[in-house]
Amino acid sequence: MSESAGDGGTTAVADNYLTHGKGILSWLTTLDHKRIGILYLICILSAFLLGGIFALLMRTELLTPGRTFVDADTYNQMFTLHGAVMIFLFIIPGIPAAIGNFVVPLMLGAKDVAFPRLNLFSWYLWLLGAAFLVVSIITGAVDTGWTFYTPYSMVTSASVITVVLGAFILGFSSIFTGLNFLVTIHRLRPPGMTWFRMPLFLRGIYGTAVMQVLATPVLGITLLLLVMERTIGIGIFDPNLGGDPVLFQHFFWFYSHPAVYIMILPAMGVMSELFSTFSRKHIFGYRFIAYSSVAIAILSFLVWGHHMFTSGQSALTSMVFSALTFSVAIPSAIKVFNWLATMYKGSIRLLTPMLYALAFLFTFGIGGLTGLFLGALAVDIHLHDTYFVVAHFHYTMFGGAVIAFLGALHYWWPKMTGRMYSEKSGRFAFFFVFVGFNLTFFTQFVAGSKGMPRRYYHYVEEFAIYNQLSSLGSYLMAIGFFLIAGYLIRSLIKGPKAPANPWGSNSLEWHTTSPPPWYNFKETPEAGDPYDYSDLRWDDEEGGYVSISGRGNG
Amino acid sequence: MLMNHIIPFFLAAAGDAGLSPGMPVRASTFATGVDWVWDLILGISLLFFVLIIGLMILFIFQYRAREGHESAPTPSHNTRLEVIWTVIPTIIVGIIFFFGFRGYMDMAVVPRGAYSINVLAQRWSWQFQYPNGHVDNELHVPVDRPVKLVMTSDDVIHGFYVPAFRVKRDIVPGRYNTTWFEATEPGEYDIFCAEYCGTGHSDMLSKVIVHKKGDFEKWLSEAADLLGTMTPAEAGEWLYNARGCKQCHTIDGAARIGPTFKGDFGTERALKDGSKVTVDENYIRRSILDPQSQIAAGFEPVMPTYKGRVTDEEITMIIEFLKSLNPESGDQ
Repeated sequence: MSESAGDGGTTAVADNYLTHGKGILSWLTTLDHKRIGILYLICILSAFLLGGIFALLMRTELLTPGRTFVDADTYNQMFTLHGAVMIFLFIIPGIPAAIGNFVVPLMLGAKDVAFPRLNLFSWYLWLLGAAFLVVSIITGAVDTGWTFYTPYSMVTSASVITVVLGAFILGFSSIFTGLNFLVTIHRLRPPGMTWFRMPLFLRGIYGTAVMQVLATPVLGITLLLLVMERTIGIGIFDPNLGGDPVLFQHFFWFYSHPAVYIMILPAMGVMSELFSTFSRKHIFGYRFIAYSSVAIAILSFLVWGHHMFTSGQSALTSMVFSALTFSVAIPSAIKVFNWLATMYKGSIRLLTPMLYALAFLFTFGIGGLTGLFLGALAVDIHLHDTYFVVAHFHYTMFGGAVIAFLGALHYWWPKMTGRMYSEKSGRFAFFFVFVGFNLTFFTQFVAGSKGMPRRYYHYVEEFAIYNQLSSLGSYLMAIGFFLIAGYLIRSLIKGPKAPANPWGSNSLEWHTTSPPPWYNFKETPEAGDPYDYSDLRWDDEEGGYVSISGRGNG
Repeated sequence: MLMNHIIPFFLAAAGDAGLSPGMPVRASTFATGVDWVWDLILGISLLFFVLIIGLMILFIFQYRAREGHESAPTPSHNTRLEVIWTVIPTIIVGIIFFFGFRGYMDMAVVPRGAYSINVLAQRWSWQFQYPNGHVDNELHVPVDRPVKLVMTSDDVIHGFYVPAFRVKRDIVPGRYNTTWFEATEPGEYDIFCAEYCGTGHSDMLSKVIVHKKGDFEKWLSEAADLLGTMTPAEAGEWLYNARGCKQCHTIDGAARIGPTFKGDFGTERALKDGSKVTVDENYIRRSILDPQSQIAAGFEPVMPTYKGRVTDEEITMIIEFLKSLNPESGDQ
């Protein structure tokens, strides 16, 4: 193994991407995808903290049926801020922009994304959009919920326009990131990496990018129409001006339903990597997993009407949307079975990233299965706009996307920072997150099916027990997150140096040092089968996995 | 905690005797059908969940990494197996879709001869108007008879929701949305507003009162003459409760969404535009019919107009009620 700096070998080099260029300015003007990924990571984690604090404040208010410590308007602003920040600032850019930016070019064995300047630009757009969104929600007392339903968003005195403008700008940030990844995955694949020998994470990112580019413009159009109606009084959504408020819901969900798959597809990509790596088994049924991603990306555009079963749309329309909604359950089920089959006869290591992968099966399983209740027309009429929907949404988004994000963060953390975190602390914190999450949201299923509507500041006495248990769960989760923040920050200072390949994965990012040099690879590596682990063995001296044949080490 | 809360929680979650797990009481003809589909999906979901998590736990134990254990090569795919676990879920969701759709069609088709009641939703109250012209803030219906609701909204979207009936329908301004139900059990049930509508959304509650056979007609004819049997101030108080005043205006002195009515009449009030006005008969009348014309300082302009919805006689009753809340005004 060569010791010379920057050969893309497995020994850490002195001049890695973190040390290449010093000072804050070198970060703010960087074109390095890894640094942009880190910038995104810092930003979205800040957004997560902000959204999380508001979630805790909401749960605290809901400890008692009446007023606990804030008034109704403040509560309404809190759930608006929680929703808008978590959706637009955290989950949508979470895995693609933060993790994806760091990992995608490395997985491709490329030096960077196809358009590095556009990449940096979309980060600045994110900052601008985030500033608009957060500042106007806080100063303008926006209380519409993250869905901005008309005509409420027309008549409320709050400053809806600037918030909407913020979401509009964030949409462009998302489109540019998607465009960048599309071109990158098409043009920068290394020799040997065909479409069916590509790590499934890249497939997830690719499907997401297609949806970002196709769906997000509709959000932009909708939001612009909203602005035009509010400022110059063109009647589109407002019945007083001859518009139709339900039209807004169609527009909004035409984007926002694909958007939930924008959030979940990359998460599924992460899962495929984790299940295979930590079972030391080739991923089972690559093609079915790959095609199910394509199916999800297509079908997700055709199900938006299931948000409007009670709105007064025709029974025929509802029937069609119900049928299409059920069809989207199939590809998700296929993936779950294939991940299970991947574990079969494997050698399963319960390290922190794998714990999150297993938790994903549990929570996303519940999230997916409860979708069956909501897809069934007769049952949805009862459950629509109740806490059952809130719980279902959080089981898919938090139990799916966020749990996968945590798995991804732990999995790629050594690669990003060059440091190992404490495995013991990782498992300990996981326990709090997992138990807290289920306590918080499972109780909401029951409150909802018993009839508690969502977005309720007051609630009738019979729902008190569910709300109190839910709040208790949210505090447990908060403890878990502070523990995670604690040991990850500690690892930056005191953590042992990470080997190039701590988990024994075989995709290309593990074939360069941790952290990688700024140019990633000296020469474009040749890609093999990313799920073939036969060439890797544990090396005590290295503290990680090394290649037996020496292939792929520079 | 455990004895008082956790155990009842699981008992309640599991459902009382005869009820579906997690579902509220049944009081309409829809409830049985909806709960049957709910039970079906619950059964299928539990089966799959136990299967998936069971296999997961089994694999974790069976194939955990340990000294002397290596992962064994297995085929990287198996098309027949994968087709099977694609087709079986497809058939199952097809079945669920069918039963969900069948139940929905029952809800979508209003039977002929249903008793029709008009519903007006506004922030943050309900008005139910009966065929004889009586307007009430609670929904009174006869048992065992289909009731059709023709609903519209004065301002933003609301949602009519009765958990015990398994009925929900959005109420959209600018159009009429209809729904129907047939109550099967006399009693009182909660009405919730299900679509977020602002400050008082979670206070936009009411009750359905299901009358026993024969009682409904009796109630309706009495209700129509109700105001004639009261003093004007009592009638005003009844209107205050029934027409949505109380959602925003208290009579105990606390300011809510609008100013309190207590001790209000005859006093001087500062308006948002800086002017001052005396709270007298004409001020109250104008506030009811054209509320946006004079907004009290410190409050938002959110009150809907009652033009065409209250008679002059009713306005007089409300004024008398307000007077009674301030004996010092000397007008009593």
